[in-house]
Amino acid sequence: MDGTISPAPLMQVTGCRQSYHKDSSADLVVLDDVNLTLKVGEMVGLLGRSGSGKSTLLRIVAGLLKPTAGEVKWRGKQIDGPADGIAMVFQSFALFPWLTVRENVELGLEAQGIPTAEREKRAEDAIDLIGLGGYESAYPKELSGGMRQRVGLARALVVHPDLLLMDEPFSALDVLTAETLRTDLIDLWSEQKLPIKSIMMVTHNIEEAVLMCDRILVFSSNPGRVAHELAVPFPHPRNRLDPAFRELVDNIYAVMTRRPQKPAASVQTPAAEAGVATPLVSVSTNLLAGLIEALAAPPYDGRADLPALAAGLQLEADELLPMGEALQLLHLSDLADGDLTLTDSGKKFALANTDGRKAIFADALRNHVPLVAAIRRTLDERWNHRASSVRFLDELEDHMSPDYAEETLRTAIMWGRYAELYAYDEEAAQFSLEDIEDAKPAE
Amino acid sequence: MSRSLPSSLTSSRRLPNVWDALASACVLAGIVALVHVTPETFQPIDAPQAVAVSLDPSNLPEYALRTTLRMFAALFASLVFTFTVAPLAAKSRRAGLIIVPILDILQSVPILGFLTFTTAFFMGLFPGKVAGLELAAIFAVFTSQAWNMAFSMYQSLTTLPADLVEAARSFRLTPWQRFWRLEVPFSIPGLVWNMMLSMSGGWFFVVASEAITLGDKSWTLPGIGSYVSVALDQRSMPSVWWAILAMFIVILAYDQLLFRPLVAWSAKFRMELTAGAVAEDPWVLKLMRRTRVLSVMMDVVGDGLSTIARLRLSLPMATGERHEKPPSKLADALFYVAAVLIAGWMVWLIVDYIASNDVGLADLGEAVKLGLFTMVRVIVLIALAAAIWVPIGVWIGLRPDWARRVQVVAQFAAAFPANLFFPIFVILIVKFHGNSDIWLTPLMILGTQWYILFNVIAGASAFPGDLQEAAKNLQVRGWLWWRRVILPGIFPYFVTGAITASGGSWNASIVAEVASWGDDKLQAHGLGAYIAQATTDGNFARVVLGVAVMSVFVLGFNRVLWRPLYAYATRRLTL
Repeated sequence: MDGTISPAPLMQVTGCRQSYHKDSSADLVVLDDVNLTLKVGEMVGLLGRSGSGKSTLLRIVAGLLKPTAGEVKWRGKQIDGPADGIAMVFQSFALFPWLTVRENVELGLEAQGIPTAEREKRAEDAIDLIGLGGYESAYPKELSGGMRQRVGLARALVVHPDLLLMDEPFSALDVLTAETLRTDLIDLWSEQKLPIKSIMMVTHNIEEAVLMCDRILVFSSNPGRVAHELAVPFPHPRNRLDPAFRELVDNIYAVMTRRPQKPAASVQTPAAEAGVATPLVSVSTNLLAGLIEALAAPPYDGRADLPALAAGLQLEADELLPMGEALQLLHLSDLADGDLTLTDSGKKFALANTDGRKAIFADALRNHVPLVAAIRRTLDERWNHRASSVRFLDELEDHMSPDYAEETLRTAIMWGRYAELYAYDEEAAQFSLEDIEDAKPAE
Repeated sequence: MSRSLPSSLTSSRRLPNVWDALASACVLAGIVALVHVTPETFQPIDAPQAVAVSLDPSNLPEYALRTTLRMFAALFASLVFTFTVAPLAAKSRRAGLIIVPILDILQSVPILGFLTFTTAFFMGLFPGKVAGLELAAIFAVFTSQAWNMAFSMYQSLTTLPADLVEAARSFRLTPWQRFWRLEVPFSIPGLVWNMMLSMSGGWFFVVASEAITLGDKSWTLPGIGSYVSVALDQRSMPSVWWAILAMFIVILAYDQLLFRPLVAWSAKFRMELTAGAVAEDPWVLKLMRRTRVLSVMMDVVGDGLSTIARLRLSLPMATGERHEKPPSKLADALFYVAAVLIAGWMVWLIVDYIASNDVGLADLGEAVKLGLFTMVRVIVLIALAAAIWVPIGVWIGLRPDWARRVQVVAQFAAAFPANLFFPIFVILIVKFHGNSDIWLTPLMILGTQWYILFNVIAGASAFPGDLQEAAKNLQVRGWLWWRRVILPGIFPYFVTGAITASGGSWNASIVAEVASWGDDKLQAHGLGAYIAQATTDGNFARVVLGVAVMSVFVLGFNRVLWRPLYAYATRRLTL
């Protein structure tokens, strides 16, 4: 905020890298070469897609994770485990269901061995400050989501941390509740009523970041890097409808949809194997069809501005972007500079009937999703037209983390089933060509 | 149960009321009885009054109390075991590698067969003292209770919610605080439920273990179990009924005073953050909350406990932070080699013991053959019990009013030691000259069939209302309804119940395949009778063989039948 900004940084992250060791191939890099300086009096937002490593960075700063390489200095000292003066608010609230509101709030103080009288006083203050008075003896299950997150906030504030970390604190709440909580927090912060010096929050909600933060770091995925850093110059309270506010939101959308600088991989080249291992994000075919229909219809007529589309469909950037990217991957639409544009095949898809859509989708999968093409090719080649999914999973795991490998395979199963390219037996973990009509000749 | 400010301290009225008087009377009576019973334990074993059991019903309250005390001593030991072994297995990877499979096997081994060894062991520890017998009985009950409790806690400790673990770390709770604030509370619902199952099974064992035969000598420990066994010897039918009545009262008291409140209290530690339908508090819990003096006392105890939990001790064992560096390969290798060597040595000891006692392959063949007989019995019984209880359970489960009432009765019936009813069957068989091989069989499932009933009821109660409505709407009726709608819906529950019932039946075969009424001896052909006979003969080698064979049967049964069924049920038939 516009308070006093002292020159000494609270937190300094230098050359931070986080990777997981894999046996078979190269290390899996989640976070690469991240540098970050956090000053007193500012609220910093880490914005990015899921899987961009922003939550990982937050956990490194919290001392919950040890970075593979790089330095994290807190008040000038290297961090080694959860540090004094840093408190965290969790996306899932992380309240202990067997403790009352008061006991939850006192937990951090108990850990520090604060004497009972002072503990009770400070807990009472924090509870009152955050608007929980009267709920002291309630158990979390008696509270609504918004009240629960208030407990999470009070629990973090009561230890009087210099740095408050928030991991998508409002994303588990409904829109109205989230807005109330945000506003309350901003008010307390800008009136300097909070016993903290700095806030760092992770979010995937672009408007939330622009509404709350003084500085935003935009993360790119694979590996997670700080792609862009921008300052938010508006004073609090901010107006979402202010043209300057809207323009900044638009800019961030453009930054987040900026096309990565790599050549398009073709299936026939020797690099096909790398193509097979392209991570797929699980987006259901219903959502994709729905998005194409929405894009094709007025007012968009084939081309939409992402912030407007997100608002119109009541989706958040984090939900809309994977859908847009999936369409882009299938060459059904084009995603660039904050705009989503239907391609010709996308337009055909919008007009086709169920069978026609399946045919278009099948073509798109065969031509642009090497993994699906490889599964189908294997099935065509086998005499019994069956193949275990385990071998594909193993292959994927050579190139990505087990979680991503599983999601990628699941997506390939889901898409391939919809396109009727193959059948899948969950029980036997086996692909087959059972009940697939055009199964006879291998192309 | 700690509040920062107990309501009874802040409230203005602090004079004792009627509830206090009632509850205090209960507590005082308990203490008096305890003091009265304890000193006799250290009598030398030859002292006649220590081991003589009289059939005079006026002795029954004391016997019942002693039986109950053995139960609780065993329960306490099981809790101590659980709180040491489960954290060890969960926190140390190497310890876990050994402890977890051992627990898994101990859970399914027929412990009744071991009674002989443990008795011999404890008699050796306290030669000539009743304490040896007492400990042997308590240990028998302990072995029926401890494993699944420890396993349950281990499972809880390894499935702690990630966000709570992170919260605990980020607020820098010491391992001690973390243990009491996070790990123990999270384990409580599972632990209480397993304690209840253990106790239910435990009554059976405490009754079975009070009349101990060791070779040519036999002793009786004063208790309900030995009372019944004396009644059997003396053909006293009224005494059998008295014993059943006494046991009924004991189980009723245990159920009402201990477990209903405990289960209600444990609901507080469930992870769901939704305020679900809350069952009414049991009357004991209400009584405790209403009484002034009692609730002050409870609060003082609670506050004391939470002060201990708050201490910032650090346990060396409980490493909160996971070390990222991979464990040393060499140490691992040494550890595995040592484990394999020790296990090999133990197998050698067993084989050597059996072989050196003139027990050969012929005996093994005999034991396996008898094992097959017993297996057929178990399968037939489970099928019969399913045919009877599944329709009844479904009927009850779909009627919420009935379900609530019957559920209590079924759980009660599961806790009641079925061996007390054996004499009634035995008399009938003797009277009508029934075939022992057929008519002794139902005894095996007498106590364990209730697990099937109450699991099926639970399954049918939990069956989603919208699915019922959909089935009605589509006019799915008759056999189609059973086949497509309700049976798949309750199947996971049925399997859970059937696993418990089948395990219990194997165990019960040791006491159920042999029976006597005065001089009339009944014996069925089966592995249980084989073990029982070997025990009576004092032929330890045969006991070892029989128990080993039965363990293999039970484990094989679990692996080949139940585990795949359970996996299938959870994979395919859960919503």
